[in-house]
Amino acid sequence: MALEYYLVLSALLFTTGVIGVLIRRNAIIIFMCIELMLNAANLAFVAISRSLGEATGQVFVFFVMTVAAAEVAIGLAIIVSVFKHRQTINVDEVNSLKG
Amino acid sequence: MSIELIVVLLVAPLVGFLINGLFGKWLKGSEKLSGWIGALAVLVSLVCSIIVFASLHGGAAPFDETLYEWITGESFAFNIGFHVDALTAVMLLVITGVGFLIHVYSIGYMHGDEGYTRYFAYLNLFVFAMLILVLGNNYLMMFVGWEGVGLCSYLLIGFWYDKQSATDAGKKAFIMNRIGDFGFLLGMFTLFAAFGTLDFGTIFDAAEADNFQKVFGASTLVIATLLLFVGAIGKSAQIPLYVWLPDAMEGPTPVSALIHAATMVTAGVYMIARSAVLYEIAHTGQVVAWIGVLTAFFAATIALTQNDIKRILAYSTVSQLGYMFVGVGVGAYASGIFHLVTHAFFKGLMFLTAGSVMHAMANELDMRKMGGLKSKMPITHWTFLVGALAIAGFPFLSGFWSKDEILHSAWGSSPIIYGIGLVTAFLTAFYMFRLIFVTFYGESRVDSEVASHLHESPPVMWVPLAILAIPSALIGLLLGWGGHDSWFHHFTKSVFPDAHHDASGNVIVFMVISSVVGLAGIAFAWRRYSKRVPSDEPTGALHRLLTNKYYVDEVYNTLIVQPVKNGSQFLLWKLVDNGIIDGIVNGVAALIRFVGGLLRRLQTGLVQAYIISMVLGIVLFLAYYLFFT
Repeated sequence: MALEYYLVLSALLFTTGVIGVLIRRNAIIIFMCIELMLNAANLAFVAISRSLGEATGQVFVFFVMTVAAAEVAIGLAIIVSVFKHRQTINVDEVNSLKG
Repeated sequence: MSIELIVVLLVAPLVGFLINGLFGKWLKGSEKLSGWIGALAVLVSLVCSIIVFASLHGGAAPFDETLYEWITGESFAFNIGFHVDALTAVMLLVITGVGFLIHVYSIGYMHGDEGYTRYFAYLNLFVFAMLILVLGNNYLMMFVGWEGVGLCSYLLIGFWYDKQSATDAGKKAFIMNRIGDFGFLLGMFTLFAAFGTLDFGTIFDAAEADNFQKVFGASTLVIATLLLFVGAIGKSAQIPLYVWLPDAMEGPTPVSALIHAATMVTAGVYMIARSAVLYEIAHTGQVVAWIGVLTAFFAATIALTQNDIKRILAYSTVSQLGYMFVGVGVGAYASGIFHLVTHAFFKGLMFLTAGSVMHAMANELDMRKMGGLKSKMPITHWTFLVGALAIAGFPFLSGFWSKDEILHSAWGSSPIIYGIGLVTAFLTAFYMFRLIFVTFYGESRVDSEVASHLHESPPVMWVPLAILAIPSALIGLLLGWGGHDSWFHHFTKSVFPDAHHDASGNVIVFMVISSVVGLAGIAFAWRRYSKRVPSDEPTGALHRLLTNKYYVDEVYNTLIVQPVKNGSQFLLWKLVDNGIIDGIVNGVAALIRFVGGLLRRLQTGLVQAYIISMVLGIVLFLAYYLFFT
């Protein structure tokens, strides 16, 4: 299959992620959308790596997955603790930094 | 004579100051120790001074050496250096000799005072500063000492700082001196601009050189010497800046004796004698002499009607300083310094005896409440009598010799100055013996309660009195016998330019005239006050004018103090400070607050708003790179 298909899919996935982050109010959903963006990037890495016949891109993917795992652990912990304090995870209601 | 000796001489009082100043808290338990440390420090200096004096007297050459470089720049260098010649040696002996006796006296006088160690710390610091003033070999060091003694004077006048009048007097002295010091500073600048250095030796040599006048003109030196004299007017309490000295009597009495009679106030006379070469070339001595003689007369007339014994002595000091300026002004430098020496002894003595009277009288100073103290305090009475006879010019006592020399030289310069000086001599004898008759003779008018513990002072106080009385009586005879051929003139001859103003006329005639005038003053005082007490109410317009000291304080207050105060309050404080300066500062703050208020709206607190701006930013950057580069 040609490289373009993978890249188009990757772009579609990334855009979905961005729009999700922008329009949804539930912190968990936003979080899942971020994961979507990361994986869209992973897909692009793998596709280009394969097309160039080089392993570097795939190594990057492992790094991204590791970081994503760590990020999930911390992010979920933050969301749990926000919920404990405010009984909500709606990001519009968490606005203490309003100037 | 070596530089180490000079350093020890100079540093000993500084060490005393540091011990008493830094560790005073621990010394508080043992008052005596603290006082003796102070006195011992000055004793070390005294011993060194005697060695210095002996070596100069033995024919050693004047000593001039640099200890180290203090401030250096591309085109100038100021050194810490010492110049020791006959003039310095005389000053050293006066400062450390009188200073030591006054330290010892203070041990008794200040007994039981709250600030005992603080007192001795200040007193030692004063001696240190005064020694810098006379030892320095350049005007800058002299100025450092000049300011140092001014500071100590301020601290000691306001020593009892919980007394309003004392702190006021301290401030008055400090501000008056500041005016004078400003003149001194400008004088130094003028000299530096003309000579490029402040070293005595270099300046005097250059000023005497022929080409100096061609390059700079005589007016430079006239301006410089007059500005330096303004400094002397402030420090030595001459017209028009004399008003601080009578008020300075708020300080402890030994301070009045040491600082405001014997040493600090004579710094101006020393400065002019040191700069004699410049005054000779500039011919500004006449100004000095006239200011001096007018001050002498003016202050003596005020002293006639005062009833506070320390104030009489203060006005007397102002008056005698005037004599010294007449001496150095008419070119009789040695005579001026000679009077400085004799005056340091007899006036120091009289202040200390006044302190002894105060000590016995529970700090009473009004002589109308004394009388008949002679029998209760014989030593005090006799020593005071010696001092008063000396100042009145009683034949063969100290003041007779020194004052007569000055008057004699003044005659050669201007008979008018001589005439005013002679009248002043009469007034001096009169007011001093008025003080004596009212205080020590006649009926006792002492409160019965005070009278019950009226007593002679303890030995630690009367022994210094007795020791001081000896030089007060004899030093004039020892040093001054022979008039212009005396030992003192020979000793100081190398320092001063040739006194070509030497007076004409027979010395004996002048001596007889002076003695008669002095004795007449004493007799007149005896006639008027041996049985009578000064009246409480002024008896006429002139009397009222004198009692109120010519209203000089009031005039200064109206013409200078009030306008400055009002100007400060309304213009400087309310308009400039509150309006302009605070306005700028507050205006800047208000502007920043306003801009901040606008920028604040960007912080919505909505995470997604931030993300949108981030995404938009990224999209814009990408678009830019993709389509425009």
